[in-house]
Amino acid sequence: MDIYVIPVLLVAGIGVLAGLILAIASKFMAVKVDERFNDLRDALPGANCGGCGFAGCDAYANALLENPDLSTSLCPVGGAAVAQKLSTIMGVAFEEAAPKYALVHCNGTCDNTTYASDYEGPKTCAACNSLFGGRGTCAYSCIGFGDCVAACKYDAIHLVNGVAVVDPEACIACGMCAKACPKNLIDIVPAASQVYVSCSSHAKGAVTRQACKVGCIACRKCEKTCPEQAITITDNLASIDPEKCVNCGQCVGVCPTGAIRTVAHCELPLKAIAGQD
Amino acid sequence: MKEMMIILFSAILVDNFVLSKFMGICPFLGVSKKLDSAVGMSAAVIFVMLMATAVTWPIYDMLLAPNNLAYLQTVVFILVIASLVQLVEVILKKYVPALHKSLGVYLPLITTNCAVLGVTVLNITEQYNFTESMVNALGAGIGFMLAMVLFAGVRQRLENIDAPECFQGLPITLIAASIVSASFIGFGGVVDGLFR
Repeated sequence: MDIYVIPVLLVAGIGVLAGLILAIASKFMAVKVDERFNDLRDALPGANCGGCGFAGCDAYANALLENPDLSTSLCPVGGAAVAQKLSTIMGVAFEEAAPKYALVHCNGTCDNTTYASDYEGPKTCAACNSLFGGRGTCAYSCIGFGDCVAACKYDAIHLVNGVAVVDPEACIACGMCAKACPKNLIDIVPAASQVYVSCSSHAKGAVTRQACKVGCIACRKCEKTCPEQAITITDNLASIDPEKCVNCGQCVGVCPTGAIRTVAHCELPLKAIAGQD
Repeated sequence: MKEMMIILFSAILVDNFVLSKFMGICPFLGVSKKLDSAVGMSAAVIFVMLMATAVTWPIYDMLLAPNNLAYLQTVVFILVIASLVQLVEVILKKYVPALHKSLGVYLPLITTNCAVLGVTVLNITEQYNFTESMVNALGAGIGFMLAMVLFAGVRQRLENIDAPECFQGLPITLIAASIVSASFIGFGGVVDGLFR
């Protein structure tokens, strides 16, 4: 009889003991979850895109609870509506978030630049970039396999004539394309800025001019023309400070290569694709 | 000391739990996509292996073996390890939130992982004493980490290859895993030679 009773008692005993310890532990060591956490979680869109700069919606909610000074308007998916809700839950004043979108700082289309090599590997930018920095004549140019297109969950970025172009209306500025681009061509900018530098080449002017018709050759005309001192040339590349830029467009006029453009230029090729469909 | 080194390095290289004994394959394939999660998971495995050994060895030695209940070891070990890991998770959450943040996600995943159970059972079948068992558990854990980190590197390369459609995803991953595993056969006999 003992050979049945002892093992059963032993295992049952260990089970009950473990159960008791766990029950007691969960009672005495329970960690209080801030009740606002669930409200915040419900208010957030749950897209987990990481556009706010945190690992996901839950991480942003936690960060808000830990740091009351953190802005409630970081969520690009929900925009102002979600920011309003978050502010109410956190009991802080609501500040309107400026809408943003992604911009591709390259215009190296098939007409403007050429390929230096025939690349026959896997059709991703990351793979192509790992071989001698991509296939383009310009070392800084868009590779054109569309890693950004694959990363975009909102169908807001397309390949047009060999270069990625953002659809400003569909873009919610989550920044996934910017992370996916091995050339770091994509920036998230305030939607208010209408003028941008469509080049990322840090090569010297002469080199850039040989590689691409529309590259920034760092001639400094825009820097001198800008009435707001919003343009600076660093490492052979012009950059526009969106905080200072007033969209007067004078730089677009003086740029000899057409590297500085207005965003309206991006929309034209997109409309051409839409027409084909 | 020499015997300990032999046990430690055999567990890491020759009898690598993942690549030679084929235990713990599911976290090996599931969590090796990114290097940082592979390291986090491995750290949790080392921690749980050491803890599980520290608890199960005395239970076997004092409770099961004297009562001729050795056949109960699998049942009892699973029960004890599972509740122990749960308990540790609760304790970590309360008192060491930083550690819970880095290990916490992985702890429930490995409560009854076969590699964890495997190391405790193997300690008994190999008739190791308590110190040897702990060294073996440490070696098994480090071996797991080595396999995970190596394979995370391979996985990152795998993402950029042009595999035929029928091999894309898991099939090519399994083939790559088998090649990594085959390369570990090369370690056979190395440890005996090192500490002779």
